[in-house]
Amino acid sequence: MPDRAGVHLAARVHLRLVYAFLYIPILVLMVLSLNRAGLPTAWTGFSLKWYGVLAESPAIVSAVRNTLVVAVSATVISSILGTLLAMGAERLNRSSTLDALLFAPMIIPDIVLAIALLSFFTLLNFTLGLHSIILSHVVFNIAFVCAIVRTRLRNFDHSIIEASDDLGAGRFTTFRRITLPVIFPGVLAGALLAFTLSIDEFIIAFFTAGPGESSTTLPMRIYAMIRFGVTPEINAMATIVMFVSFALVLLSQRIDRGSTQP
Amino acid sequence: MRSRRLHALLLATPGLAWLVIFMIIPCLIVFFYSFFERGTYGGIDYVFTLGNFARALEPIYLTIFLDSARIAGIATVIALLLAYPAAYAITLAPPGRQSRYLLLVMLPFWSNYLIRTYAWIVLLNREGLINRGLGGLGVIDEPISLLYNEFAVIVGLIYNYLPFVILSIYASLQRLNPEIREASEDLGAPAWRTFLRVTLPLTLPGVAAGGVFMFVLSIGNFITPDLLGGGRVHMVGTLVYDQFLSARDWPFGAALSMTLIAIMLLLLFLQAVLVNRAQRDRGTAHA
Repeated sequence: MPDRAGVHLAARVHLRLVYAFLYIPILVLMVLSLNRAGLPTAWTGFSLKWYGVLAESPAIVSAVRNTLVVAVSATVISSILGTLLAMGAERLNRSSTLDALLFAPMIIPDIVLAIALLSFFTLLNFTLGLHSIILSHVVFNIAFVCAIVRTRLRNFDHSIIEASDDLGAGRFTTFRRITLPVIFPGVLAGALLAFTLSIDEFIIAFFTAGPGESSTTLPMRIYAMIRFGVTPEINAMATIVMFVSFALVLLSQRIDRGSTQP
Repeated sequence: MRSRRLHALLLATPGLAWLVIFMIIPCLIVFFYSFFERGTYGGIDYVFTLGNFARALEPIYLTIFLDSARIAGIATVIALLLAYPAAYAITLAPPGRQSRYLLLVMLPFWSNYLIRTYAWIVLLNREGLINRGLGGLGVIDEPISLLYNEFAVIVGLIYNYLPFVILSIYASLQRLNPEIREASEDLGAPAWRTFLRVTLPLTLPGVAAGGVFMFVLSIGNFITPDLLGGGRVHMVGTLVYDQFLSARDWPFGAALSMTLIAIMLLLLFLQAVLVNRAQRDRGTAHA
């Protein structure tokens, strides 16, 4: 069947072009971040000076610190609550209401969740700051951690738990010795994904940070820089952020996948 | 058995409580706000009105809804056309390599949305790589405006959501039983007919799921129209943003958000109906 081989070849070439479309824009940014001249769009020689400019900017350093505080706190809270939620949800009867509730944070447009949280905090006269960003980020992080841990729980042989119960192990012993080691790669993968989503999240942080510079996160700083115009520091910033995100996602995938293969 | 259920509920409660307090209740507040009047100083007057929804239907706002739907629709259709053959190509790879190919597709999707959008400002601006490339080739004499228009917004939306659409179509292609396709070919159907009559209908749920999510995330998008539209392209997402942060008309912004959610739920419902029908058809195909 020559026509079929032709179609397959065309599909493979198309896939390569899609990869080029996805990665060339990012590669262009990375190359331009090493550009000497202030003009960020034409090559004038190799330089690392824009990375230095970033490191010396107090606004960037403080934004990085805020981002880490938010991401670490939101990740810790959502990993614990998301894991417990996954364990509970797997034991309850299948319920489409529960599934919808766990799915909603992943698909609700972020601008809607952002204004909803702003309305909620304002109504309660809640002082906005880093803590309100953390409370908000936990919402979507819980959903992602829970989804990843649930997949692992579903793929695992529950008779082991029953065997452990039958042999007289207490609930906590069974959890510590059996369940936790089985789901731990999922928890870790979920935590890494939650951390990545949190350090990159802009709109919800923007709406729940409140006025003032003290709770500006890195994406909020990047947004302000982009609005201000195309500058060479943004390319350097973008390169670092992309590398960190890529590394975290790859690590998360490796942990979760490596462990499902016996 | 009862203690087991209680135990499960206990485990789930903290997480569920968090979602109820920080997602359901805030969304309910927005729902109620959408039926109140705007206060004189930008607050809320607790007087019932349907005026916010009536206002959303005024020509100026209706145009923005229709423009958003058109832009999101064009971007979604192009993304689906690009995604289908790409997902198909991944299923042709040896099983052991498919997850690696898929990871390569999804990697940009999990990274920073702002930066992926900014990359297109760098590529499309008057001094950017594309203008320089076209100028260098002699295709154009002077830089053309590629940025701050609908074209840029559509490119940005496709760029950001294409990985997700590929994933969604790949998932349904992978579930497809290859024997059904082979049976069609053994019975003498040409490849294109097998595709149109067998493969495409059976993978339509994946196409619909990817399409619906991309469409909804696109009309509600704020970053892409804001950065690549440069204030000239207004979409529902930017409109909601303006009502909350600059116009300070929260009830109207709330009504716009609720309309957005209503559109989303309607499309998800239609998609669920489609999936159910496809599953029923598949059931009869097996019999």
